Amino acid sequence: MISFDQVTFSYQDATEPVLRNVSMEIPEGELALVVGHTGKGKSTLLNLVNGMAPHFTGGTLAGRVSVADRSTADFAPREMADLVGVVRQDPAAGFVTDIVEDELAYTMESLAVPADVMRRRVEETLDLLGLASLRNRPLRTLSGGERQRVAIGSVMTAQPSVLVLDEPTSALDPQAAEEVLAAIQRFVHDLGLTVLMSEHRLERVVQYADSVVCLTGRGEVTRDSNPAHAMISAPVAPPVVELGRWAGWDPLPLSIRDARRQAASLRQDISVRITDVPNVETGSESETTEAVADVSHASINRGGRVVLRSIDFRVSPGEVVALMGRNGSGKSTFLQMLSGSTSPSAGQVSVRGLNPTQLEGTELVTTVGMVPQEPALMLWAESVEAECAAADRTSELADGSTLALFQRLRADIDPQMHPRDLSEGTRLALVVALVASAAPDLLLLDEPTRGLDYSAKVTLTELLRELAAHGQAVVVATHDVELVAAVCTRVVMIGDGDIVLDADANTAATASPAFAPQVAKVLNPLPLLTLAAVQAAVATEPHRPSDGAVR
Amino acid sequence: MIAALTTPRLVHPGAWWLWALGLAVAAARTTNPLLLLMIAVAAGVVVAERRVPGPWGRSYIAFAKFGLLVIAIRVVLEIFLGAPNFGPTLFSLPEIPLPEWMAGVQLGGPVTVAGLLQAVFDGLRIAVLLVCIGAANSLVNPSRLLRIVPAALYEVGVAVVVCMSTAPILVSDAARIREARRLRGRSTSGLRSWSQMAMPLFSGALERSVALAASMDSRGYGRTAGIPRKARLTTSALLLLGLIGMLIGLYGLLDGSTPGVAGVTVIGWPMLLLGVALAATGSLLAGKRVSRTRYRPDIWGLPEWLIVTCGVIPAVGFVLLGSNPALTGPTYPFGWPEIPLAALPLLLVAALPAVLAPPLPRQNDAANEQQPERTAVTA
Repeated sequence: MISFDQVTFSYQDATEPVLRNVSMEIPEGELALVVGHTGKGKSTLLNLVNGMAPHFTGGTLAGRVSVADRSTADFAPREMADLVGVVRQDPAAGFVTDIVEDELAYTMESLAVPADVMRRRVEETLDLLGLASLRNRPLRTLSGGERQRVAIGSVMTAQPSVLVLDEPTSALDPQAAEEVLAAIQRFVHDLGLTVLMSEHRLERVVQYADSVVCLTGRGEVTRDSNPAHAMISAPVAPPVVELGRWAGWDPLPLSIRDARRQAASLRQDISVRITDVPNVETGSESETTEAVADVSHASINRGGRVVLRSIDFRVSPGEVVALMGRNGSGKSTFLQMLSGSTSPSAGQVSVRGLNPTQLEGTELVTTVGMVPQEPALMLWAESVEAECAAADRTSELADGSTLALFQRLRADIDPQMHPRDLSEGTRLALVVALVASAAPDLLLLDEPTRGLDYSAKVTLTELLRELAAHGQAVVVATHDVELVAAVCTRVVMIGDGDIVLDADANTAATASPAFAPQVAKVLNPLPLLTLAAVQAAVATEPHRPSDGAVR
Repeated sequence: MIAALTTPRLVHPGAWWLWALGLAVAAARTTNPLLLLMIAVAAGVVVAERRVPGPWGRSYIAFAKFGLLVIAIRVVLEIFLGAPNFGPTLFSLPEIPLPEWMAGVQLGGPVTVAGLLQAVFDGLRIAVLLVCIGAANSLVNPSRLLRIVPAALYEVGVAVVVCMSTAPILVSDAARIREARRLRGRSTSGLRSWSQMAMPLFSGALERSVALAASMDSRGYGRTAGIPRKARLTTSALLLLGLIGMLIGLYGLLDGSTPGVAGVTVIGWPMLLLGVALAATGSLLAGKRVSRTRYRPDIWGLPEWLIVTCGVIPAVGFVLLGSNPALTGPTYPFGWPEIPLAALPLLLVAALPAVLAPPLPRQNDAANEQQPERTAVTA
C-alpha cells in the first residue's frame, strides 16, 4: 500500500540526509509502528507519505514514495487527501472549523463529496468514534482525548486507505489514550485500514503493532514484520521489553500478559531473595522536618466551578511528589497555586513561610521554580547561551553556571543555537536547566515527560534525583507511571478537586494497577517497580532482607 | 404549513440578517426617540425568544451597551464642540478662541436645550442601528453566516474563520507568556519586557498558522479540480463588485439625506439591485464548476420568507413615511414626541418573528458554555 523505493531525503542546509536509501513496502491492512530516537527522522518519514515532505517542508527527495501507485512526486498533498489521512501531534492546531460536526465534514467538502453522502458518513463516523454526544460541541471545549478522536474522524470521513498518525497518545492521560487506541484498532480490524504511526509511549502501542519500522539513526530504516524480533535490537524500548531483554526471554514479550507467562521463574527466584518490602525512602518524615511548602484548606473556584476543594498538602525537603489524576482534574491549577500564578480563593499557601504570589525577581526564582507544560513559552532570547546568561543574572549566579548545567543534560548542543530550533526534549532540558540552576527550594514540573523518549527520560530522572538529594523538594504533575516508579517518593492523586490518595510511591504503585509501572505488573505481587530494582534484588543473597538501593 | 413554523430548526442566517437590516433601515429614517426605542424593543423581543445559546447570544446586550456609550460620546461632543443652536441656553462654557483657519469649529460657548436634545436623538439613532446588528449576532452565530459565503469567496471566508478562532488563543497565550516571564524572575511591565514578550507570542502564532496550513493542505484544501484561473478571477471580481454595490445601496437606504426623487433615493434601491445582480451572476458562474461541496447547507423555506418580509415591511413603511414630521424628534419648541399611527402596525410586524420563526433545536449539551482546562500540546 505504501511503498518507499530507494528514498533519500535531506533538508536544505543540512550536511547529511535525514533518510538514506530507504526501501520498504507496507502492505494493506497493516498497523506499522515507527520507532526511533527523537530527531532521527520519524516525523520526516511520516511527512513523506502524503508528500508534505518535500512539497510543504522543503528539502530534496531522491527516489520514489508512492501510495496505491500514486507517487508524491506527481501529486501534491492536497491531491492525496482522498488516499492518505494525516493527524499531526497537536490535533487542535489542525482544526479549521469550530464545531465537531463541521470539522468532520471539512475534508469531504474539500473533496467535493455529494451532500447526502457527506451526511451519511458523518453519522457513521460519529458512531464509530463514540462522538455522537459531542456533535454540536465547540472544538475548544473538548478534552485532549476527544480532540484526538475528532481529528482522526475528520480525516477518516474521506475514507482514505492510509492513516498516518504522529504521536497520537503522547499527550493523553491513560484513559484517553485507551479510547484513541481502541478507535484506531477498530479502523484497522473492521476496515482494513493501513496505519503508519509513531509514538514515544511504546508501552501503550507496541503490542498492537503488526510490524515495526525502525530508525536506527544515520538515516537507515529497517522494517520487520515480527515486532517481537524487531524490538530485540530497537534503539528505544518500553520497560517490559527491557525486562524481557535482560531476562533473555524468547520470544520477547511485548505485552504484560506475555511477560507474566514467562516471568514465573523470575518471580520465584526473586521471592526467595526478598522477604520484606524494600523500604528505601525514609526521607519523608514531614512531621520532623520543616515543610518546604505548606498548603492548608486551599480552594480555587473558576467561573462558578470548583477546581480545587479545601486542599491540605505539605512537602518536605528531599521529597519527590508525583501529582496524578486525569486531564482537567486540577493538577495544573494546583501547580499554579504553588508557584504563585494563581492565588487560592480560600485558604493559605506558603513556600518557605512566604506567600508565593508576593514573590518576584531573584527571591522568586530561588524559592519556587516552575517548568510549565509548554516550555517554549519561557524562552525568548536569541540563543541558548543568551538564555543561560539571563538566568545567571536573575539568579545571581557566577557566569556560565546555567550553561554548565544545561550541557550536563545535553552535551551535544551548540550554545549558539536558537532555542526555537531545538527539539522538544532539548527545549525542555534547557528550561529545566534555566529553572533548576537557581536551586529553588521547591521545583515544580508540569507534564515534563511529554514528547520525551526513553533516554531523555533517564537524564531527567537522574537530575531530579540529584536535586532531591540536595534537599530540594520536587512536585511533578504527570500521567507517566514509569517516571513515578523511577524517581518519585510519594504519590498524590487529585480527582475532581479533592486529594483522593496521598501515599508512599511504592505502596501506591503496587496497590493499584492504575499506578503500577509495567515491571510491577509483570512481577506482581512482588514490590519491585523498575528493572534496576529487579537487577538489585537478583544480585542480593537469598533469604536476606534487601539493604537498599532498590532504585 | 404550521409544522414548517413550529418544527425546531436553525433559521437560515441570511434571513435573520435581512430582517435586522430591514429594522436598521427603518431606524435610520427617524430621530423620534419613542419610535427608535420601540424598534429596539421589537428587536429585543425577537432576540429574547430566539437567541442562540453561548456567548454570541449575549451580543444584543453588548451592542446595546455600546450604543449607550455612543450616545454619551455624542452628547459630550455637542457640549464642547456644538455649533450655536437656537432656543434657550441651558448653560454656557467659556469659549476658547481658535485660529482663523478653524473657522467652522467652536470650542466651548453656549449650550442650548435644543442642541442637547438633537445630540441625544442622533446618538440614539446610531445606538439603535447598533442594536439591530447586535440582534442579528444574537440570533445567528457569525460562523454560520460565513458558511453562506459564496464558493468563489471561499478563501476570504476561511481567512475570517481562522482569524476568529486564533484571536482568543492569542489572548490566552499572552497571559501564559506573561506568567512564564514572572516565573523566570523578570518584570512583567514596561516597554522592554513587552517587546520581549511579543517574540514568543508571535513566533507561537506563526507556528500555529504553519501547522494549520499544513493540516488544511493535507486535507485537500485548495484542490482546484481543473477550474481555469481566469474563470476563478472573473467570478471573484463579480462577487466583490456585487458586494460593494450592495453596501453602497444599503448606505443610500440608511441615510435619508442622499439626493432622491419622491422620497426614494437614487443610490439606494438601484445600487442595491445592481449589486445583487452582480453577486448573483458571480455565484451562478462559480456554481457551474463545483470544486467543493457544502455539508448540511442551510435551508431557505417558508419561515425564512416570512422573517425577511417582517423586516422589509417596516423598512419600506418608514421610507414611505419619510415626509411625515412626526418621524423627527421634536427639539425646539420641545414637546412630547408624537407617534404616527401608521408606524404602530409596522413595529408590530417587526416583532412578529418572535413567534413566527421556528424555535431553536435543543442542544444536548449543558457543557456548551463551560470551558475545560486547556490541554494544549506543543507540536
